[in-house]
Amino acid sequence: MTAARTDFVVRGPALYEGTKIPSPIPSWLQVPEARRETGNVLQVNFGPNHPSTHGVLRLVVDLDGEEIVGMRAVIGYLHTGFEKSMEQKSWWKAINYPSRIDYLATFQNELVFVLAIEKLLGIEVPPKATWVRMALSELNRIHSHLIWLGTMGLELGVQSMYMYCFDQRERVLDLFEMVTGVRVHGRYCQAGGLAEDIPPAFVDEARSFCRKFEPMIGEYERLTWQNKMWQRRTEGIGVVSAEDAIRLGLSGPNLRASGLNWDIRRSEPYLFYDQVEFDVPVYEQGDCDARARVRIDEMRESLRIAEQSLDKIEQLAGEPWISDDRKVVLPPREELQTSMESLIHHFKIVSEGYRVPAGEVYVAIEGPRGEEGCYVVSDGGAKPWRVHFRAPSFLAIAAAPTLCQEHLIADLIAISASLDTLMGDSDR
Amino acid sequence: MSGYKQVPGLLEVNEALGETTLVVEREGLAEAALYLRDELGFNYLADVAGADYLGWGGEVAGSWGSAEGRDLNVPYTLGPSLVAKPKPKRFSVSYHLLALRDDPVRVRLQAWLDDGEEVATVVEIWPTADWLEREVYDLMGIVFAGHPNPVRVLMPEDWEGHPLRKDYPIGGEPVRFSGEE
Repeated sequence: MTAARTDFVVRGPALYEGTKIPSPIPSWLQVPEARRETGNVLQVNFGPNHPSTHGVLRLVVDLDGEEIVGMRAVIGYLHTGFEKSMEQKSWWKAINYPSRIDYLATFQNELVFVLAIEKLLGIEVPPKATWVRMALSELNRIHSHLIWLGTMGLELGVQSMYMYCFDQRERVLDLFEMVTGVRVHGRYCQAGGLAEDIPPAFVDEARSFCRKFEPMIGEYERLTWQNKMWQRRTEGIGVVSAEDAIRLGLSGPNLRASGLNWDIRRSEPYLFYDQVEFDVPVYEQGDCDARARVRIDEMRESLRIAEQSLDKIEQLAGEPWISDDRKVVLPPREELQTSMESLIHHFKIVSEGYRVPAGEVYVAIEGPRGEEGCYVVSDGGAKPWRVHFRAPSFLAIAAAPTLCQEHLIADLIAISASLDTLMGDSDR
Repeated sequence: MSGYKQVPGLLEVNEALGETTLVVEREGLAEAALYLRDELGFNYLADVAGADYLGWGGEVAGSWGSAEGRDLNVPYTLGPSLVAKPKPKRFSVSYHLLALRDDPVRVRLQAWLDDGEEVATVVEIWPTADWLEREVYDLMGIVFAGHPNPVRVLMPEDWEGHPLRKDYPIGGEPVRFSGEE
């Protein structure tokens, strides 16, 4: 087996020589035979109902004392067959499903599916809708990172963190409620734009949130970086090198914590990410601490992007928020009273759904957990032929045995928390 | 990016919607994958997705524009009715590859196979493929020859059938304790 090439952006020296990935099964750390013969190895089921597994994840861990000598993950407890269900619905109705898959990155999952539909349709989205999508994407990222930070704090014994984070998370959800009417599963994206215009008061409310939230990030940093308990449980724990991170398919913050300057928003810009100013936080240590620092820094960058998007939304007040392609987009409500044509279009879109040209696309965006990908096949009909989601959590869980090598059972909690996996995302 | 012509077992290169699809022979998939990784720098396997095309193109899928384009306000621009073009075989496996570097490139490596045919595993080339291939096997029933741990990953181990196949009945699973016994 030849070595993978290294002509990508890597900062700093390699964290360790060679690879730590178990062989021959990369996702299964097997107990060495000599170790097993000592008779000291005990197999323990960690989960599926352990509170620190963020859902229903079962880790089969082989322990020698407190040391992890073998490990594999068992998933699927939350498998709901979303991909199959979406094949039975019209495109229009299928948009409801993605946000249920990753129930923390609700908006971004919805967005990636809608972007895939739009790519197949070749439909143009008005700038205002794109800016609103960006603002909401970044607020959603903050929301997801807050839940991750709160629960990670809870697991590492920094329990007050949970309250601070969930308090701010409520503020983000208030904004989502204001825009979509629902706190979590908004279904606000529509092929061609948004489901409805952004409420006039949103910009001010969101600005006020950004203003109040900025100092909170400093609070979080004081609760983590100045906290001995947090530091000792995260520093040097679960180290993964850039090479291994790539080979294991880690993405997003997990990749950036290993020293890779890779962010889809920067490298392959979608929406208007090439028009805003933001930095990509990169850390080189590749441990739990670095993964945490990347995410906390990212919240600050998300605020910057959100604020720039809010300025644009304000400038574009009164502009259209959805395309006027009547074969795809519902006609305005008031036209239904006067225009026969609009009534027909409305009826066709609602009953049969719009048709999407045949083809296959893969769209990837930078979600809170990493690369949110969506592979869509259309046969030209009113229903998707095949929808597949690339779940960042799925691959992060598969990578966990690599990270847990030579660590103690208590570190397993920190490692699984720092990977920010979500079982809804991984099981779909 | 040029150089795809050298890919072993290449059948065709499709450029559509800004994406490149490399269709390769089923038997030579692993060699093509190795070439793409080592010679063209596709070091990151983003996703593996299977698709079942049973019944594909069976019905008219509407009409989508004339050569001049579709205009709502101009009659007769809807164009002829469309039926999706037939596919070479029943299943496709698509590997979404990414060259993770300063000038990123994405490409889709695709192989076609019928029921009962196998495709070689790429776990040796990209360890990411471990669970991704297990998922495709689990939900689509495509067998990856040489996979080190070819078991289901999402469905229960004793599950019968592969749910994402088009001939898998919807709502057909047995209901336990239904009260009708």
